[in-house]
Amino acid sequence: MSGQAHNTDSQAETGQQERKELRAYGWGIGLALLLTVVPFGLVQWMAMPRFTLLIVIGAFALVQMLVHFRCFLHIGLRQKREDLQLILFSALLLTIMVAGTIWIMASLATRMAMPGSP
Amino acid sequence: MSPQAAMYQVNKYPGLNLGPGHGQDDEAAATVMFGFWVFLMSDAILFGMVFATYVTSLHGTAGGPGPHDLYDIKSIFIETMLLLASSFTFGMASLALKYKHGRIRLVSWMVVTLVLGIGFLGFELHDFSSMFAHGGVPSRSGFLSAFFDLVPLHGLHVTAGCIWLICLLGQIGRYGLDLKTKLGIMRLALFWHFLDIVWIAIFSVVYLGGLT
Repeated sequence: MSGQAHNTDSQAETGQQERKELRAYGWGIGLALLLTVVPFGLVQWMAMPRFTLLIVIGAFALVQMLVHFRCFLHIGLRQKREDLQLILFSALLLTIMVAGTIWIMASLATRMAMPGSP
Repeated sequence: MSPQAAMYQVNKYPGLNLGPGHGQDDEAAATVMFGFWVFLMSDAILFGMVFATYVTSLHGTAGGPGPHDLYDIKSIFIETMLLLASSFTFGMASLALKYKHGRIRLVSWMVVTLVLGIGFLGFELHDFSSMFAHGGVPSRSGFLSAFFDLVPLHGLHVTAGCIWLICLLGQIGRYGLDLKTKLGIMRLALFWHFLDIVWIAIFSVVYLGGLT
């Protein structure tokens, strides 16, 4: 392959790559908007049982976080370094520590509650 | 697909990779970006523990004002939109850096991001002052202490991000787009997108969860 041909070839590839990445940001903001507006709308206008609403808000938040990681931080399943493993490990630590804290403190609150206190 | 295009598919480090168009700089970025990523994950743990503190303090209002008396969903929605838009404009700045669209386009997107960030902070400060006006001060109850531990911690991060962005603008003006400036912009991009993810947790857990 001559140098000239290779050059135009890689230029076309770069343009293609750029459009692809621009589309990723477009998808990112579109999905993020949808995933934000729906829970706000539900809280503002919909009368739902509180527990169901909390579950729905949580699910939308988790999906939106995944969208941000994928489209804005460009974390994929094939990373050269341990970026993805580090997120998963941090998520594991967070789940253990946060869920554990909330569980223990809630249990403590019910066990220590004085009769007649709220 | 050529081998070069196939190589593109594997990200060498978190965030938008510079790619082979930047030669040596792409290699140099890998270590620095991974190191910054480790810091961000440790920051996520810190935020997570403050979230846990907040959730366990939810019932500790001590007869003071609660979420329904203090939170304003419209203002929170505006803040969310501002931060989300700023994440997108920073993405455009990252693209301008990667594909060498020139300094003017890069700086313009960065300035738009800065304005959106400052707008977010303005709305947040307005929220806090109206909470104060309704008796929602940190010393009022355990719940309010935990609230003012969590939400302003994120606000402080955004403030730090804005100051960092101004410094980078100065760096671009003084040194141009050398390796150090590029790495600074790329790390701030990670930081900025990360703060938007933390904000998802804040508006979902604190505000929407509190207003159900």
